Formats: sequence, C-alpha cells, structure tokens
Amino acid sequence: MSKKSYRQAINEALRQEMRRDPRVVLIGEDVAGGRGGSAGNNESWGGVLGVTKGLYTEFGPDRVLDTPISEASYIGAAAGAAATGLRPVAELMFVDFIGSCLDQVMNQMAKFRYMFGGKARTPLVIRTMYGAGFSAAAQHSQALYPLFTHIPGLKVVVPSSPYEAKGLLIEAIRDDDPVIFFENKVMYDDEEEVPDEMYSIPFGEANLTREGGDVTLIAIGRMVKLANEAADRLKAEGIGCTVIDPRTTSPLDTATILECVAETGRVVIVDESSPRCGMAADLSALIAEEAFADLKAPIRRVMPPHTPVPFASTLESLYVPDVNRIISAVRSVAPQTAERVA
Amino acid sequence: MADTITPIVMPKFGLAMTEGKLAFWSVDDGDTLKVGDEIADIETSKITNAYESPVDGVLRRKVAAAGDTLRVGALIGVVAPADVSDADIDSFIETFQSTAVVEDDEGAVATVTEPTQIDIGGQSIRVLDLHGPDGVPVLLIHGFGGDLNGWLFTQPPLAVERRAISFDLPGHGGSDKTVEDGSKEALAKVALGVLDALGVDKAHLVGHSLGGGVAIAAAAAAPERVASLSLIAPAGLGSEINGDFITTMAEATRTRDIEAGLRPLFADPGLVSRDMVQDMQRFKRIDGVTAALRAIAAANFPDGHQADLTRSRLEELSAPVQIIWGEADAVVPVAQSADLPDRIAVHVLAGAGHMPQMEQTAAVNKLLIAFLAAH
Repeated sequence: MSKKSYRQAINEALRQEMRRDPRVVLIGEDVAGGRGGSAGNNESWGGVLGVTKGLYTEFGPDRVLDTPISEASYIGAAAGAAATGLRPVAELMFVDFIGSCLDQVMNQMAKFRYMFGGKARTPLVIRTMYGAGFSAAAQHSQALYPLFTHIPGLKVVVPSSPYEAKGLLIEAIRDDDPVIFFENKVMYDDEEEVPDEMYSIPFGEANLTREGGDVTLIAIGRMVKLANEAADRLKAEGIGCTVIDPRTTSPLDTATILECVAETGRVVIVDESSPRCGMAADLSALIAEEAFADLKAPIRRVMPPHTPVPFASTLESLYVPDVNRIISAVRSVAPQTAERVA
Repeated sequence: MADTITPIVMPKFGLAMTEGKLAFWSVDDGDTLKVGDEIADIETSKITNAYESPVDGVLRRKVAAAGDTLRVGALIGVVAPADVSDADIDSFIETFQSTAVVEDDEGAVATVTEPTQIDIGGQSIRVLDLHGPDGVPVLLIHGFGGDLNGWLFTQPPLAVERRAISFDLPGHGGSDKTVEDGSKEALAKVALGVLDALGVDKAHLVGHSLGGGVAIAAAAAAPERVASLSLIAPAGLGSEINGDFITTMAEATRTRDIEAGLRPLFADPGLVSRDMVQDMQRFKRIDGVTAALRAIAAANFPDGHQADLTRSRLEELSAPVQIIWGEADAVVPVAQSADLPDRIAVHVLAGAGHMPQMEQTAAVNKLLIAFLAAH
C-alpha cells in the first residue's frame, strides 16, 4: 500500500486488468501517442492528461489503439468488439464530445442485451473526463452523468477519490454491461492510500464518508470531497452530518439513501451537473416520494446555475458549488441547537 | 538524578500511527504508579486504547492535557520518585523538549520495523519479526478475518523479553489469498513454515480464535517445536460458534452490515470504530479474499457450527498450555473452556469479549509475559 494519485490509481487499474485478462484493450484518441503524427513518436503523452502513460510500451499496438478524431467510429468499434468477445476500455476524451457518438451509446450498446433477448453481452467501459474548475470552457467542462443515468441499459460510475477510482474501474472492466466511467479532471493529482493489490468495489453500494445525526449530505464525484470538508467544519460548530457518496448513479443505492434520510430527516444534495433534470432533482424526487414522512425540513440542493460553464476563472469559481455554499445550505435546514445529535 | 526521571511519551500503536490524541488522564499529579497501571486513554484514527505505565514511580507532571493531539514520541507526562525536586522535573522537561524535536523524525523512522514478505511453499506470507533478547521466540497466530495488526498491543510488549513474530495467515492481510483446503492442519503447516523460514527451532505459540485452533494443530503436528501454548478464545474446543458472525465476515459487503457483524467481537460494541469497519471492508474487496474466507469457513465453521474439533489433540499435548477467555465472548462461548485437564490453566477475564487482547490488554499481556517467562 502506498499513496497514489487519482491518475496513478486509474492507470494501475487498467494495467493490472490488462495483465490479468488479454481481452482487455484500450482504444481512443491519444491513448498511446498523442503527438505521434508522421514522426511516429508514440507514448509522448499517454492520453491527453497522461492517464494511460506507459501502457502502450507494456502492451503494444495491438492492445493500445490510437484512433483518428472520430468518436462515432471508435466508440462504435468498441461496442462491436465488446459484443464479439473483447473487453474494450474506450476513452471519450471529454464527455462533452458525446454528441458525436450518442447513437452508438444510447441506441446501440445500451440496447444490445435487451433487444437480443438477454443473449448479448457488451462488456465495455467508456472512460471520460468531466467537470468544471479547469478553465477548459463550455465545451470541455460539463458534468453530463445525468444524461447517461437517464438511459436504461447503461451503468454510470462517478468515483470520488483515488481509492474509489481504482476499485470501481476494476469492477467496471469486469462488468458485462456497458459502463460509463466519469473522471473529474481537477482530481488527477489528488492522492491517498491505494492498495497495490487488485480489488473491486461493487456497483450500487453507497459509501458513507462521514457519519453524523443531524443532516444527510448526498454528494457526487468531486463534490464528495467538498461535502466532507463542509461536514468537518460543521461538526466543530455542533452540527453532525452524514455524507453519502452514491458512487454509481446507475444503479443507485436507494436503500442507503433512504436509511440515512430516515435517521436525520434533513437532506442537502450537492451536485455539479446542471440543475434541470439532473441527479439532484432525481434524488429529491426519490426522497420526496419514499421518505416524505421522515422529512423535518425542505430538501436543499447545492448546484451550479443553469448556464454553460463560464471560461473566465472568476466566473467559473462562482459557477461550481463550493464548501461555503454547502455549509450555508446545511445551516439553513439544521435543527435548533437544543435538538442536535451531532 | 536525571536517570530516575522517566518521560511518558505518546505511544505508537501499530505501524500506521504517527500521532495520537490524549483522550483523558486516568491518574492525577502525585499518584503513585505501578508498571501496567492505566494512566491515560489514547485515541488514534484506528482505535482507542488505555495506555499503561511503563515504570513504577509517582506521576510528577502532566505535560499534555486531555484533548491534545501529539506526535508519537512527544512528551505527555513525567514520572519520578517523590524525592526528586520540582526544579529537576522542570529542567528535565525543558531538556527533553529541546532535544526531542531534533531526534524526532530520524529516530521515529529508524526504530520502526516493517513487515516483510517471505516465501513459504510458493506462497507469499507477510511477517512482522520483532527482534528481542535471546530466548525462546514467540509466534502469534491471528483469528478468522484478522491479520497481524490485531497483535499491535501484544507483540511489542512480548518483544521486550524475546523475539516476537507475527504473520498473516493465507487469505488474510498482506499474505497470498490462495488457501488450500482452509483446514487447521493446512494453516498450521504455514505457521511452522514461518518458523522454518526464520530459522526458529522452537517457539511459544500464542493463538487467537481460529489461530488458537491452528496453534493446537501445529503443536500436535510438531510437538518438539512448541515450548508452550497460550490460547485466547480458541476455536476447536466445542461445536458452538456464532454462525452469524462467521457469515458476516465471509459474505457481508455493505458498511453497515460489516459494522453490525463486528460488534459481537467486543464486550463494549462502542470499540467498533469507523476505521475498523472500513479496514475490514477494504480487505474484503481485495481479489481472492472472499473465496479464501469461504474456504476457511467451510472447513472450520460449516453451517453455523465448528467442525474439525481440536479438543482431544489439546488434551494429549505435553507442552504447557494456558487458556485466556473473555467472560462476555459472543463469538465462541467461554463455556468451552470447561472440563479441560487440570494442568491447563484457564483465565476468564471479566469485561472482555472475543478480543481480550484488545479490550483487556494489560491483563492479557501480564498473563502472557508471566507464562512465557515460566516455560
């Protein structure tokens, strides 16, 4: 066990699964070379942010495939390869590019198992970057996991830390259904203890990263880190928060969410995807429908405004939810001092 | 005069501990202390434990206050005879604080012994080998679902008198996750293999729970290599066992299920910390662990009962044996310590559950140290 970054944890998961199972192949733009071109200079990048670095050298051109800039063709090729016996991990560089290959995802891979009467399997992972905070502007910063959560037949994973990323990616590669794996580009240098061994974290099993009796915070992806920080600061002022990281938005661990809501009766949802028809709306509906009698205060959502992600860094930092906004939302629903359990 | 003044420092519980919080003092300035008296509760992110006085003397000064978080090795108090002057205490503290800072980093790193991997019959086994003075070494064997870290309060005190070795059974901790048939005999072979690999001809065996059963099997297989047996809530003495506990250890994956599953381990269920649950959960997610635990459970605890009983083998052993059991054990009933031959000393500890080495550290260490010294 040693400290590893989010980037290293993902790289290690890919490497170990590729060693374990020869059917695992990587395909995508720049996953091998990046700046190759006519100079044939492979491995100079290893992915646009270096996540797949070293894999081309170890596994060679038959298992690490650089593609032209054509999402429709290589995501489609990955779907076909998965249906016919490989276990591809395709990289859709930025999730914002999904528009170029949505049919392959929404109408093809997501539907194979269902439309072939359960006889087809599509063991495919699409790794993709999401999230604001990188000054990458409106076309490279969206948090589109609700879009995929909306489509039956896909599994959607949003890992919140390096430990989570490795275990969830190994699970994703071993899963027999198409999995969309969201990597927050701001988190690649985050570090924590990550086991050297292979391990997997089951889908549909939420993680409680903090436990407290007053307010339930539900946070997704990078927001988990902010929610943890908010919970730690609130604890110092006597407000106890449970922080739920659902890990996967599809499948969703509704049991754990409802269990925690029953305990606190107060809920704040932190989500960096757009507010309309998003995960926070979905979770709110679940809680309103299934746990109405447990609620002691209105459900609060901490989200960006319904606008494109601004390029200007000053505006971008106002756009993404931050710790102070989470803290104010929790305070606005927290019980009066005398009733706190902490 | 100064050498009669003893610094009480933040202890190191386990390899990962770098700092600890002084939860509260159990004694006051001026109290007379004996070795082993509980003087303070120390909290780490992993566990809270009573810290015992390493010396006899009078607690002359509390340097740290309840609630303080301090680095391992930092001064928390001073013990000295009553006739040492306050001025000497003051100057001792001043000297300690000014020199300790310099030694802090290097000193801490240099004295830490890390576990190593050794090869036993093609399997990689994690071993923590603490070298003490010459004498018959002691081998510590953990229980089902545990690992060598379970001996963090036991192994260092034993290593004061002798070489103390702990290891992870196959399927556990940092050892390979492949187990043969999971039987006590197969696991005992690995335990004896650890002794072979480390060049130890004869050792005292200390086994907890399943590790107790493994110790009996090892002693039965190679009686000439076992100086004595200390069995803590050992498996194999009767058919009853908490089947739900075994099932949880093998099958549970959700945080709350694991937490509920770990509670029977302690007389005080409050000892099941978030970090303990998380460590267990992370261990169970590693490739091969579930299969290994299932294999061991099937061989030793099928259908909510114990199989492969070792009581008759225990009764036939000629090596000295003592048994230590928590009165409130909710995993393996303490009643199984009854009806053993008179030559086997049985110590039942009030206020302890299935993990007396964690809950009644002082009492267990005292029994172990005395028994090992006598044999």
